[in-house]
Amino acid sequence: MNQVSANASEASSSAQPLLQVSDVAVHFGGIIALDGVSFDVQQGAILGLIGPNGAGKTTLFNCLSRLYIPNSGDIRFAGETILNVAPHKIADIGIGRTFQNLALFSTMSVLDNVMIGGHSQSSSDFLSNALRLPWVKTEEDRLAETSWELIEYMDLMDEAYTRVADLPFGTQKRVELARALASKPKLLLLDEPAGGLNHDEVEDLGDLMKQIRDDRGITVLLVEHHMSLVMAVSDHVVAIDFGRKIGEGTPSEVQQNPEVIRAYLGTSD
Amino acid sequence: MTSIDTKSMAIPANPATTSVLFGVKLPTLKLAVTIIGVALALILPFSVESFTVFQLTQVLVYAIAVLGLNLLTGFNGQFSLGHSAFYALGAYTAAIMVDRYEIAFYWTILPAGVICFIGGFLFGLPALRLEGLFLALATFALAVATPQLLRYEHFEGFTGGVQGIDLFKPESPVGALGDDQWLYFVVLVCGVVLLVGARNLTQGRTGRAMMAIRDNPLAARTMGINTSLYKSVTFGVSGAYTGIAGALGAAVAEFVAPDSFTFFLSVWLLVGMVIGGLGSIPAAIVGGLFILYVPNISEALIAQFFGDDPSAKALIGVAFGCFLIFAVYVMPNGLAGFVRWFVVRYARPGV
Repeated sequence: MNQVSANASEASSSAQPLLQVSDVAVHFGGIIALDGVSFDVQQGAILGLIGPNGAGKTTLFNCLSRLYIPNSGDIRFAGETILNVAPHKIADIGIGRTFQNLALFSTMSVLDNVMIGGHSQSSSDFLSNALRLPWVKTEEDRLAETSWELIEYMDLMDEAYTRVADLPFGTQKRVELARALASKPKLLLLDEPAGGLNHDEVEDLGDLMKQIRDDRGITVLLVEHHMSLVMAVSDHVVAIDFGRKIGEGTPSEVQQNPEVIRAYLGTSD
Repeated sequence: MTSIDTKSMAIPANPATTSVLFGVKLPTLKLAVTIIGVALALILPFSVESFTVFQLTQVLVYAIAVLGLNLLTGFNGQFSLGHSAFYALGAYTAAIMVDRYEIAFYWTILPAGVICFIGGFLFGLPALRLEGLFLALATFALAVATPQLLRYEHFEGFTGGVQGIDLFKPESPVGALGDDQWLYFVVLVCGVVLLVGARNLTQGRTGRAMMAIRDNPLAARTMGINTSLYKSVTFGVSGAYTGIAGALGAAVAEFVAPDSFTFFLSVWLLVGMVIGGLGSIPAAIVGGLFILYVPNISEALIAQFFGDDPSAKALIGVAFGCFLIFAVYVMPNGLAGFVRWFVVRYARPGV
């Protein structure tokens, strides 16, 4: 019975990608940041998005978080367009993210940061909080339980009560990941998670990303400069340059794509 | 998804509840300080003269207003130089209801809060587009415009124009308490309720969201926080606190007039907030004490050294300025910041 429904859901998910980016273009004045980029992210996949600096990777991420509005094109999540979803509702529909240069709540503790990640999973408001109505405690306990589970998962137990600003960079990156997971995302956007990490940390990060996908069934869209990491973890790679897609395929296909090689190494002629 | 049994998971002890300072656990120490504070608040009005009771009542009124400002600035990161306007709105709401509609004073406190909530919320909406110094300027405009508006002759029928409105302290219904003592306890009860409300608010989901917006608005929005709604409701709540302080202050002073609510009142509230400490609830009481007593202490000090030389009056402001600079220099994060630093520095991990 379970087997059947699992197969059925697999069949339906392979029929419809979790995320469909179609022909997205973004202009800032005369500058074209994205020029008609299209690709799909399949349910349960890890998709690596690569490209030289300024290729438009972060711009695309900001479109997915609704921080930028595309000039044209469409972005569909689980079949529905997200272009009419308010930015603060993006977490609600199941898209979580981390930021390139970290965007933590730096004066607050690790625990509080992760609990804020669970904001979209809770609903108490000004009045019920001020009066501390009975159900607020139940909700607070549930939120704390999920947060502690993630803190354990991310190996942050010893730092749970520490102010985030007092933690080393690598640890802060794990806090950001825990915070993103607290919103129970279906799709996780990781913007250069390996930036600033040392060799061992990068290796651990690769394992962690696979683990997150396998344990929690979360689809991952990864922007990364660290080529060996991208090639090791991704099921599928999309390469962009100057706002256009220049290659797509399995890691080994993309590595051999002449356009991609040219974008990274420059031309000899 | 692998489910981890959180019941069996060893959650580390929170240092805030287990650390030991002066050989006493922190929560016990906190409780002791609270009990001493409450006991003092209950005993003081019976052991000092009636003018001091009046002063202490004014301290509580300032504390409530400072608390309101702190919810906005300390917890939510929005600046305001316009809180004198909310204080005035609350004070005039109470005065007009008592004077023109002969409503008992007690029934004006809540309406003053509601009207100032609406006022704060509405002002908070356009303020969403302004940040930092620009928000400070916009709220400054509010502070400058309000006394002028209260003086405006076409509103005189309502506001009493330049003359303002006289009102009387509510009479004490308890024989054992004088009118001053009675009003003190009315203000104390309001203050405690508002303090507990603010503490609850800032410790839950709402408080975390408010502080998240302060620390990183962009990330807060990505986490699913409706930043516009939270910012404008916080403005409303902050306005309501300050408005209730205004209503209570009107009864304490028995008088409202445009000149009592100038821009300087906003600055005093700002001083009280910074001296007490941003982002701390009990700091409001410290702020209230500072606003009322430090100018008085400066005056007494100058009188002590210069006797009744009339030219020495000019030095009162200088003495106050020195106190202020000293306080900010010694405790750059206010008294609350100093206490936090002290606890981190001297508390030892407990068992």
